[in-house]
Amino acid sequence: MSIWLDQNSKVIVQGMTGSEGRKHTARMVAYGTRIVGGVTPGKGGESVTFEEQPVPVFNSVAEAKAATGANTSVVFVPGRFTKAAVIEAVDAGLDLVVVITEGVPVKDTAEFFAYAREKGTTRVIGPNCPGLISPGKSNVGIIPPNISGPGKIGLVSKSGTLTYQMMFELRDIGFSTAVGIGGDPIIGTTHIDALEAFEADPETVAVVLIGEIGGDAEERAADYIKAHMTKPVVGYVAGFTAPEGKTMGHAGAIVTGSAGTAQAKKEALEAAGVQVGTTPSETARLMREIVRGL
Amino acid sequence: MDLFEYQARELFEAHQVPVLRGIVATTPQRAREAAEALGTPVVVVKAQVKTGGRGKAGGVKLARSPQEAEERASEILGMDIKGHRVEAVMIAEGADIAEEYYFSLLLDRANRSYLAMCSVEGGMDIETLAVERPDALARIEVDPLVGIDQAKADEIVAAAGFAAADRAEVARVLMLLGNVYREVDATLVEVNPLVKTGDGRIVALDGKVTLDGNAEIRHPEWSAYTDETSDDPLEVRAREKGLNYVKLDGSVGVIGNGAGLVMSTLDVVAKAGADLPGSPSPANFLDIGGGASAEVMANGLEIILSDAQVRSVFVNVFGGITACSEVARGIIDALAILGDKATKPIVVRLDGNAVEIGRHMLTEAAHPLITLEETMDAAARRAAELAAAAE
Repeated sequence: MSIWLDQNSKVIVQGMTGSEGRKHTARMVAYGTRIVGGVTPGKGGESVTFEEQPVPVFNSVAEAKAATGANTSVVFVPGRFTKAAVIEAVDAGLDLVVVITEGVPVKDTAEFFAYAREKGTTRVIGPNCPGLISPGKSNVGIIPPNISGPGKIGLVSKSGTLTYQMMFELRDIGFSTAVGIGGDPIIGTTHIDALEAFEADPETVAVVLIGEIGGDAEERAADYIKAHMTKPVVGYVAGFTAPEGKTMGHAGAIVTGSAGTAQAKKEALEAAGVQVGTTPSETARLMREIVRGL
Repeated sequence: MDLFEYQARELFEAHQVPVLRGIVATTPQRAREAAEALGTPVVVVKAQVKTGGRGKAGGVKLARSPQEAEERASEILGMDIKGHRVEAVMIAEGADIAEEYYFSLLLDRANRSYLAMCSVEGGMDIETLAVERPDALARIEVDPLVGIDQAKADEIVAAAGFAAADRAEVARVLMLLGNVYREVDATLVEVNPLVKTGDGRIVALDGKVTLDGNAEIRHPEWSAYTDETSDDPLEVRAREKGLNYVKLDGSVGVIGNGAGLVMSTLDVVAKAGADLPGSPSPANFLDIGGGASAEVMANGLEIILSDAQVRSVFVNVFGGITACSEVARGIIDALAILGDKATKPIVVRLDGNAVEIGRHMLTEAAHPLITLEETMDAAARRAAELAAAAE
């Protein structure tokens, strides 16, 4: 198994006819992801050919779903149109919407997330994330395809390139699913959502959790791990030597209730029984020892 | 992006939030003219800095005449408040304050929603209030799809415990502040203090607004807000070239792709250098971002090589969208442009998209300054050793 994405996922690409959408769709198709259609308003009826297979373009997500049975969407449309694209996918009742676009206004994300939460039927991942990959089954987003094969580790990370680095470090064991949740102030899927899914996934035996400075998502994940996780979790936090970030003002400091430093996050995770590496390679070593001992 | 108080005041005024008159001044003479223009018996001279605690630091003073306003302004202008040099003051009408309140509306990351905080005990340090008397600070979730409507405003003022006679007017002002938040794409609107004047008006006496940088695409008017007066010259140059660069104190220049990987690279470099002579540490943070071209790479390298503190450079790229071939071409191009001016060794570690081509290009170039390493740890160690040896 895997979480949220497998060989049966039928994927449409919102913004497939744009240059980014086209480039990454080609890579996803080459990987074996079941790309069943694209959505670009006004270009319905056209098609784009990948690996000699024409992929139909639809005017709307609803049309694409009706014609193809799609259950997943990946969004490449520019920031100013992202909110409308996500709301359209939620309205069409897709199970999963993966928002790759970076630079989405936070207000728009807050609104489309509130909308999706209210409807309660669609999981949103991102924005500003690399997507997710269930190696050997499907790859939705921009994670390089050949870093690691399938295996039994789950990975969740705010950072795209750190996701790649950690998959690379642990390619000898392999991954059930690796999810890049993005580092924007508001994200559709959190570390905790991924931990919960990995805990329930029989194929995943251990989880790597990657965080970075700022906010308190890692501290909240630590509380969750302590209360709910039976599978081992290994943590990595980037930014021990980063300069103190700009504060959000007094009000922000109250809400997070944490300094947001790498050290504070490491301590919170360790207090929850999570082993935390201070570099990617050390983190990989810790994970290898744990997997060996299982 | 944080705004100055005077900029927040202007936004409030444009959205009909009650504020007092205020005029910004950058010289004592202008401060005097501003006080004359206001014509009130008392004015307040307020340092314009993007940090809290300016009152305690002596950055807010009363003046009872234009002459006095000029004197106070000459004391405050140029002051250093928590590392921020005061470049401007705002001359504001003196207020007849009967009561002080607190209000803020902000992004609540944990709940992925908005949060309003409100207290009838304003004016004081709100962090202290939150810790010492948490019951006195009402916290109410605000639905991003709705904002602060009448029902929400009523809920907030009731929870904060406003006197019945003040509730309607405070609620009206909170709705207006909610409009500011949504219409200007803010992530924080804070008013401390929100006051009731002697004649019963509710007025925003101070304002802190943080804008969402991502929303700049739909706010061309924000170009007026940038201020780069107090920044490091290398940071300014990097920003002009669209690079995400932060100057640090060490001697190992760092370039990478993706904020997470670059932060991680800083940690690995610091660790690798810890036991070497002089303990070389990172000289900077530089994220060339996703899908960087050769030109971006060359610009980044040029900035780092012009930092006099840099002894060695570590380029750490895991190509996702970014092609390692572009990174390699950028390094080669930059070295060709710099010619004899490039004297510092560059350690390169590439993996991911187009890695074979990138490594091959660098091997072919056989530039004496370039060393290729296979892993992030080995490359960090090598860069730290080169920096230590150059001291």
